[in-house]
Amino acid sequence: MESIKDKVAIVGMGCTKFGENWEMSPTDLIVEAAYEAYEDAGIQPEDVQAAWFGTLWTAEAGVLLAQALKLQYKPVTRVENFCATGSDAFRNACYAVAAGVYDVVLALGMEKLKDFGYSGLPNNKLAVTNTQRDRTITPPSQYAMMATRYFAKYDLSPEEGKKLLAQIAVKNHHNGTLTPKAHFQVDVTLEQVINAPIIAWPLGLFDCCGVSDGAAAAIITRTDMAKKFRPDPVYVKALQICTGPIEGFLSTEYDYTHVEETYRCGLAAYAEAGIKNPRKEISLAQVHDCFTITELTIYEDLQFSPRGRAREDIEAGTFNLGGKLPVNSDGGLKCFGHPVGATGLRQMYEDYKQLQGKAGLRQIKNPKLALTHNFGGVPGAAVISTLIVGL
Amino acid sequence: MIGITSYGAYIPLHRLSRAEICKAWGENPLPGEKAVANYDEDSITMAVAASRDCIKGVDPYTIDGLYFASTTSPYREKQSTPIVAGALDLRRDIFAADFSNSLRSGTEAVRAAIDAINGDSAKSVLVCAADVRLGFPHGDKELNCGDGAGALLLGNTGVIANLEGTYTVTDEIIDVWRSDKDIFVRSWEERFGREEGYTKVVSETVSSALKKYNLTAKDFSKAVFYAPDARTLNIAARKLGFDLKTQVQDPLYSVVGNTGTALSFMLLVAALEEAKPRDRILWVSYGDGCDVYILRVTKEIENVRDRRGIKGHLESKRMLPSYQKYLRWREIIPVEPPARPPLEQPSVPALWRDRKGGLALYGVRCKRCGNPQYPAQRVCVKCQAKDEFEDYRFANNKGVVFTFSQDNLAVAMDPPSSCAAIDFEGGGRIMCDITDRDPQEVKVGMPVEMTFRKLHYVGNFYNYWWKCQPIRC
Repeated sequence: MESIKDKVAIVGMGCTKFGENWEMSPTDLIVEAAYEAYEDAGIQPEDVQAAWFGTLWTAEAGVLLAQALKLQYKPVTRVENFCATGSDAFRNACYAVAAGVYDVVLALGMEKLKDFGYSGLPNNKLAVTNTQRDRTITPPSQYAMMATRYFAKYDLSPEEGKKLLAQIAVKNHHNGTLTPKAHFQVDVTLEQVINAPIIAWPLGLFDCCGVSDGAAAAIITRTDMAKKFRPDPVYVKALQICTGPIEGFLSTEYDYTHVEETYRCGLAAYAEAGIKNPRKEISLAQVHDCFTITELTIYEDLQFSPRGRAREDIEAGTFNLGGKLPVNSDGGLKCFGHPVGATGLRQMYEDYKQLQGKAGLRQIKNPKLALTHNFGGVPGAAVISTLIVGL
Repeated sequence: MIGITSYGAYIPLHRLSRAEICKAWGENPLPGEKAVANYDEDSITMAVAASRDCIKGVDPYTIDGLYFASTTSPYREKQSTPIVAGALDLRRDIFAADFSNSLRSGTEAVRAAIDAINGDSAKSVLVCAADVRLGFPHGDKELNCGDGAGALLLGNTGVIANLEGTYTVTDEIIDVWRSDKDIFVRSWEERFGREEGYTKVVSETVSSALKKYNLTAKDFSKAVFYAPDARTLNIAARKLGFDLKTQVQDPLYSVVGNTGTALSFMLLVAALEEAKPRDRILWVSYGDGCDVYILRVTKEIENVRDRRGIKGHLESKRMLPSYQKYLRWREIIPVEPPARPPLEQPSVPALWRDRKGGLALYGVRCKRCGNPQYPAQRVCVKCQAKDEFEDYRFANNKGVVFTFSQDNLAVAMDPPSSCAAIDFEGGGRIMCDITDRDPQEVKVGMPVEMTFRKLHYVGNFYNYWWKCQPIRC
């Protein structure tokens, strides 16, 4: 089994402003992200030989991408893999290039959530063969079950637990203020986070990420061609997806304080990238902070913090912009926003800009390796992506 | 000898004080309270609960027939009994029927069960009765009607109360009714119904029965009457020579309300709970006529003392905080639609395939590693063995809350929506809602039991499944 490491490179990226983009249609979002990526890569639209289009709810098949961009009878594949949709579109595009079938491809993720007319996410379109015999539950609640158990396992009072989680929201909100394309660009205080209305106990409003519209895109080529496009391409080091067998819903062995899929996906990505000590070797990470508790458990599952000891790192500021391992430097899902199909590519956009030293006020010093992590599904039944890129 | 071999009852956890109803209408408070089905309960789910109480410790495969009696069946066209039978895990080759359209339909079903057993077409028949009747808002029936269910197992072995006699009169009268166009119960002038209906017909039937069996009122330890209200009951019972204080079963009006078809069952269960061997009980129900049963308690009654019955369920209660909550749960008033996606319609073939898992709560246990799992799998989650499973029923297993959440975003009739991962005694985990809970009482490690509930009504049919609840009593 070969590794993807250093076989392909990103030579251009684009990302729309995320948010409640009432004035923008799905087509507008696609065009904005794609043309920024074309320009960044210095290519013309006709240079794109194939495209992978990630969207969970906004479109079916690949036609919307071709129609929006007027791709000239090129192959377009729609990719859907829950919240890992954008990352998986990127991953499949990389594999096609690595296989030598194409030289220049487009991976684009897009979601238009604010046309649905409500807060939170739409239903999954899985009704055809579904009994609907399930809990009366929404995503915040699925993740709240992890917070409840984490508090119980580590003997945190509700007050201590909420304060611990609040620090993650405060960090991500601060990073959002330094990110012009972020949905939310406002600082919040610990007290605001702790006292916010409860969405799903113990998670309050600020423990939950934004529901946004947006799109992000990447132009991918072979490593040996990359420098023809630009002097500072970003190279792919690892592309991993891990899909769980729904063990957490069926087995009493699942502890609800970690996510086995994230842990295993991290192991696989580190092996592929040749990383021995992730905490030391990774310069920055964009992880799936759909809820604050998710980010906390990711610290431990990706081995940024020892098991059960994320609290020490949170309190030491390890993951802040100036810390040893900045996490969600662009505000994360919490503040950049979470248009589901676009998120993985938005995270990659931040890693790419940081590695090129173009991240403006939130620039991290001399980053070498950057990670993205997506959490599709819910604790106990997850689809996880872990991608690593570097110079 | 043929008779009752077990009994069970169900009273929903929630009670609404009549004073709360009066307060909402700006009127002087009336005494007492009524039992109110939770938003996820209906006649079917309550009948299942009472039946589970009744057949506790009984092998469901020994039951040959099931009759379900109610005037509030969720379906006009489609039987309810198969849903009840499915939830109870009864055999497929049973005789099952809905009895309906009269508050006397429960005791009519008992008569049919007795005839089936006497005719040797069944050895053991379960009869359950449940009702969720609605009175017009701001009316006397809204104050009086309560919700509940009862169940009786009939047979001729292990009889706890022998059937000594029956007598029936059929009578046409429009005293209390709901037409096919009505939601709320209607009645003609109270005096007409009381005098020409209940008092006259009950007196006629009971007198005829006593004459037929050569008995007098003094021969009975207890007289159990269904009646629409306490005043009517007292008039009829006194007229027949029964002593109100010592002989007449308390009709539960002040604590449960008039539970319609279920009331005669529930009152009989209450009487049996207190009965001693050799007690003779007169059991009378009314509605488009009158059924009278004469029962004689045996010493076998001691074998069914562990039922939750009336006493157990009465003690375990939670007051509804407001009349508005009742209006909401019964969907009497429209409320602003939630800003959330509409519920998806279940696939009927998918429900049909899931009838064993969804209705009887069967999962599987891996024969290789012993791990129970729900829903049924083809490949074991623990050892990956393929198709090496045996059926495993979770419905009667207790569990504990491993973790939970309180969801304020989900569309719920009783927010927040409480959801949990339940780990079962003997293994296995089920992800389900927690019902009949106080959100404040839900904790990691809380013991729970499973309860059959109405999950959704989407696509103009009902979807039933199981939830967990704190151990009721």
